[in-house]
Amino acid sequence: MNFKIYRFDTDKDAQPYMQDYDIELQPTDRMLLDALERIKALDDSLSLRRSCREGVCGSDAMNINGKNGLACITKLADLKSPVELRPLPGLPVIRDLVVDMSQFFKQYHSVTPYLVNDEPVPERERLQSPQDRDQLDGLYECILCACCSTACPSFWWNPDKFVGPAGLLQAYRFLADSRDEATSERLDNLEDPYRLFRCHSIMNCVDVCPKGLNPTKAIGKIRDMLVRRTV
Amino acid sequence: MVDRIVTGAHYGLRDWLAQRITALVVAAYAILFVGAVLVCSPDSHADWQAMFAPLWMRLASFVFFFSLFWHAWIGMRDIFMDYVKSAAARLSLQVLTIVLLVAYMAWAAQILWSM
Repeated sequence: MNFKIYRFDTDKDAQPYMQDYDIELQPTDRMLLDALERIKALDDSLSLRRSCREGVCGSDAMNINGKNGLACITKLADLKSPVELRPLPGLPVIRDLVVDMSQFFKQYHSVTPYLVNDEPVPERERLQSPQDRDQLDGLYECILCACCSTACPSFWWNPDKFVGPAGLLQAYRFLADSRDEATSERLDNLEDPYRLFRCHSIMNCVDVCPKGLNPTKAIGKIRDMLVRRTV
Repeated sequence: MVDRIVTGAHYGLRDWLAQRITALVVAAYAILFVGAVLVCSPDSHADWQAMFAPLWMRLASFVFFFSLFWHAWIGMRDIFMDYVKSAAARLSLQVLTIVLLVAYMAWAAQILWSM
């Protein structure tokens, strides 16, 4: 199978370039990450992140044939050859397929992604009704791979000011949590022309999410909450 | 001046909501206008004048233009916020857009009430 992989070593290369690899796949090679590991065995100068190899850690997010996804859960059989692999778009490249995710995590941290509850800590746990718990489905599963935010043009243009789909999905995850007491502060934090309202609902985030989540829907629900608070 | 990322303007909802509401007004007027053309089937200048003669038609058209220009303002500001990085250039473009849209509004009113 033929691969074209983005290569850029900031210490050596003046410009990034695409390198061709032609490899013989084995019957056990099912996913794109299997092929990448085979390439890495041939050329150990190729840099990429990977860890759990089963779509849980979110390390091996990359741009695969023009669409962001996780190499470990992308089936080789579904890919058109030559497979073109590039780093996640819009983030600074550290080397080859490895990007600097500082900006992405800065936005994630800006939404206070943890439970805020100043009530005395109960002896065992903070209970929720099954119905309240259901509200968190489709929100808590995010693995922060950054596929969505780096597919979002609003995040490309304003990564320093727009929270991005991943951060906003997590913002809603805590707004929807019956145990959280900071709803008003969270909404204040997001009522901003850049932080929330740069989203123009083009739904690239929904298209690429490897976990099948829907950040656009979560952003819509944050807007609903803001409208209900105002009118 | 320090070069820090500044966010937290704490507005945005009203514009977002206004964009949706003005779009609904424009859509409603489009239906009204097509209906009026079908009913009056104007084919001379006098027919068009007669169609716009009732006060309610002029008011509806005025509200339509107002909604259209308000909608255009929010859309243009969104474009400037996305693509124009210099705050000075952004402010200049925003002021220019407002001045133009206010002029268009006055022009629309003048046309509607001089027919």
